[in-house]
Amino acid sequence: MARTGPRLATLVVSLMALAACGGSEAQTDPGITSSSIKLGVTIAQSGAAAAYGTIANASNAYFKYINDQGGVNGRKIDYKILDDGYNPAKAVPLTKQLVEQDKVFAMFGGLGTQPQTAVRDYLNTSKVPQLFVATGATTFMADFNSHQYTIGWQPPYQGESRIYAKDVVANHAGAKIAVLYQNDDYGQDYLKGLTDGLGSNASMIVAKESYDTTAADTLSQLSKLKASGANTLFIFATPGFTIKSLVIVTKLAWEPTIYLNSVSNPQVYMGLAAKAGAALKNVTSVGYIKDPTDPQWASDDGMKLYQTVIKGCSTCNPLDGFNIYGVAVAYTMVDVLKQAGSNLTRANVISIASSGLNETNPFLLPGVKVTTGSSDHFPITQEQVITWSANGWHLQGSLIDEQVS
Amino acid sequence: MLSRVRRAPPRYWLVLVVAVLLLGLPSAATSFQSSQWTQVLIFTIAIMGLNVLVGYSGQISLGHGAFMALGAYTTAILVSRYHVDYLLTIPIAGLVTGAVGFLLGIPALRLSALYLALATFALAVVTPSLIKRPEKLTGGVQGILLVPPEPPQFAKDAFATVTNGPQMTSEQWLYYISLGVGAVLFWLAWNVIRHRPGRAMRAVRDGEVAAAASGINVAGYKTLAFGMSAFYAGVAGALYGLTTGFVSPDTFPVELSFQLLVGAVIGGLASTVGPLLGGIFVYWLPIISSQTISDQAWIPTQISDVFVKAGPAVTYGALLILIMIFAPRGIVGLLTSAYAALRKRLLGPGERGSGQMPPDPQTV
Amino acid sequence: MLDFLQQVVSGIASGGIFASLALALVLIYNAMGLVNFAQGEMAMFATFIAYTLIERGMSYWIALPLTLLLAFAGGLIIQRVVIRPVERAPVLTLVIVTLGLATLINGLAGFVFGYVPKSFPSPFSVQTISIAGAVVSYRDLGVIAASAVVLLLIYLLLQRTTLGLTMRAAAHNPDASRLLGVRVSWMLAIGWGLASAVGALSGIMVAPILLLEPNMMQTIIIYAFAAAVLGGIESPLGAVIGGVIVGVTVNLAGAYLVGGDLQLAVAFLIIVAVLVVRPHGLLGRPAVRRV
Repeated sequence: MARTGPRLATLVVSLMALAACGGSEAQTDPGITSSSIKLGVTIAQSGAAAAYGTIANASNAYFKYINDQGGVNGRKIDYKILDDGYNPAKAVPLTKQLVEQDKVFAMFGGLGTQPQTAVRDYLNTSKVPQLFVATGATTFMADFNSHQYTIGWQPPYQGESRIYAKDVVANHAGAKIAVLYQNDDYGQDYLKGLTDGLGSNASMIVAKESYDTTAADTLSQLSKLKASGANTLFIFATPGFTIKSLVIVTKLAWEPTIYLNSVSNPQVYMGLAAKAGAALKNVTSVGYIKDPTDPQWASDDGMKLYQTVIKGCSTCNPLDGFNIYGVAVAYTMVDVLKQAGSNLTRANVISIASSGLNETNPFLLPGVKVTTGSSDHFPITQEQVITWSANGWHLQGSLIDEQVS
Repeated sequence: MLSRVRRAPPRYWLVLVVAVLLLGLPSAATSFQSSQWTQVLIFTIAIMGLNVLVGYSGQISLGHGAFMALGAYTTAILVSRYHVDYLLTIPIAGLVTGAVGFLLGIPALRLSALYLALATFALAVVTPSLIKRPEKLTGGVQGILLVPPEPPQFAKDAFATVTNGPQMTSEQWLYYISLGVGAVLFWLAWNVIRHRPGRAMRAVRDGEVAAAASGINVAGYKTLAFGMSAFYAGVAGALYGLTTGFVSPDTFPVELSFQLLVGAVIGGLASTVGPLLGGIFVYWLPIISSQTISDQAWIPTQISDVFVKAGPAVTYGALLILIMIFAPRGIVGLLTSAYAALRKRLLGPGERGSGQMPPDPQTV
Repeated sequence: MLDFLQQVVSGIASGGIFASLALALVLIYNAMGLVNFAQGEMAMFATFIAYTLIERGMSYWIALPLTLLLAFAGGLIIQRVVIRPVERAPVLTLVIVTLGLATLINGLAGFVFGYVPKSFPSPFSVQTISIAGAVVSYRDLGVIAASAVVLLLIYLLLQRTTLGLTMRAAAHNPDASRLLGVRVSWMLAIGWGLASAVGALSGIMVAPILLLEPNMMQTIIIYAFAAAVLGGIESPLGAVIGGVIVGVTVNLAGAYLVGGDLQLAVAFLIIVAVLVVRPHGLLGRPAVRRV
């Protein structure tokens, strides 16, 4: 009785389950119907990283815009956004759900190095494209040969730091460099790029201090950096901490040459820093995307398109640099789908994304191209040095193409 | 023997039904759904341990996520660096975490309920930054990747024969491992509670001074409870790491500790089935409040949008407050009082029921 | 040496921030023997309300007292609606209720106000003054000054007024107080209102420095706990002294001992060390447990 009971139960239930499924084999890849393409993403929309969550909403606004015009080759894009709270332990089951239950065609725009690393092996083993992850961690592009279903989009952090290294050596030879960096993959990736980029000049770095995101502020670290006698400061931090650090530097009556990273440089944040008391003298960064608050793009066609598109997202602040990022990467996604034409298979789409892109994106700085090839799996590698003066960023020189091998 | 079966309380039949359902689940559900229920089982295991600590020995812990982290990292390091068999790492993770929990239980003796909550809360908040520090050991922020274990051949074949269908996937194998571990740990906890240690802990919980005066080794049982609950959390952590396939500092935020305590309380403290109910509640609520509601076509978009945006956080908080006000003894408490009220109605005045002990009062 | 002095001075400045929130925690503890895990979130929400008022054109000096009044009312309402039903419940229930409240308020703030950081005005300028080479800004000094003023007001209220005496009596011995005709429940409500107002002031002082966003207080709540515990959780003066000590210790330990990324761990150690060695803190009185 005790043995046959459960076995009988499982047999009965499994027969029912078999009767329920069965039927025809899918002819096309999952997520594709004659009228729709299903994409999925897990992104932080709550918790400490919630400010990034608007990226997916902005991308969705662009998809809505395209859908209103008839979609891609007659198919509308259905983008399912799930909140993983920046926690890899949530990203994994939610991604599995999107793939196995919601049956998405591909994952697009996943955010965060830790969450996307957690799901990378699973997606590659299941041969589901992990497209255009929203992180500049170099590994997502550099490790293509071992993860051929994964591709990034934004310039790799290490490439960006190499540009800073080149700029420092060219314009501030003999500088004494201090680095403030966040003690996670983000900050450490930037630091590595800087150290590698300086090469034999790495001794220019006289001090480095790290901080954890649980710190109340970075005053202690910046005090120490100032005391080291450095005259050049690199801030590799997320926007909130960058703003506070800029204020603290001014408070400490310290006027180094400042380099800050591209994630933190949207003008909205610089404005917040200025209002909070930062002097913002001698600040350099790099840019690759147009800033919605920059008046020089006011009559630019790309910017006008962005303003139209972003209206489709009721919770998106049009001035937020994250939102134009979301729209720009969605543009590339649609481009890939268009290029795939009627051959909408996962293999073809990831092949185009990782080796067949040659795109001019209206939301990126003029001249920046999104390109990938058989030996180049870094979609965007061009950035331009920008310096801050009188309430705005100003482009300096020309685009620098920084390849990271 | 048959008369014993006939006289068994109805509860025991319920347990049997639940056991059958849990055993049969993977053959009826998809592999993904099995993985969801594996998560429920993992939470249940951790909450079982927390139940012993909070429900039976009366000490509050807001930091059991830290113990899960310890268990998960023990497994991850042993498997990825020292190539220990993953099944073996589960008890090892439990024992290591249990030992640490026991040691932490010693200073905890000096802390009253509120201060213990505060100290363990601080522990939970500081855990991610502590994990990031010893990079060589923990992999720092890069975390450690774990390959999902393949089911052994005999399991695959057995499963295929029984279901007359596909072979067992690694998710289903992990489900059965979690179920087996859970069953063993349930039996262990049940026996501890039923016998002297359980009675001693309850005495300590209900009146520490009186218990000490009766000759109970208060310090010993309290630290034992701490160690035991840490052991359970360590095992749950090991399974958590194996099923997620990845451990990293951000995998164990303070929310996890909070979820465990909430699960223990909502399920019903000092009850045997409470942990399972708590695990179900804690796992499914965020999914229901953020996805199921927005998937329902009959709810107007404005309302469902509010739910998704304000989503889990507001629903969670509001629900917690409401439950604490109206059903502080959790789901089990609610069911027991409903059942008792029903019996009183049906049996009429004068009938005193089966003479069972009244449910444990919550005195923490 | 200069750096050491700077670390100390900066530590005092951050200590002011921790102290201002710790004062609210102390008030709640004085009112009902409970640590309110939602204190930071309530303060943050009140600051957002002030922000909205100022954005709509209200002058800072009208918005400030208005927000404090609204915060007082809010704290009162929360006590009546959420806390009163569970007033006599065991500690665990109350802990979960305040944690649930924290989650709720945080989610609500994120939903209503969004997650992009906002700048909040301050009556103090960011100009710095130099103390023997170490710099501190007027804004930081303003936070310390505000905390000191609040401290004085709380002291006067609790120790020198009948209301304060009644509140303390209601907290220490509710049953005896009831017998003496004290409306215990309303005393608790007033305690919550006051704590909420103090928290709101803390948020308003601190937001210009920390940037206003829903997670603003979460970064400092543990440090505020450490300050309150170190100083003695029922002593307002202890909260301020504790705040300064925590701020300086965390800075120095982070700069010279354990590294800047473990600052929170230092605060955690302070909490544990105090609770194990001397639970009543520096200025608290030891609790006597009656059998």
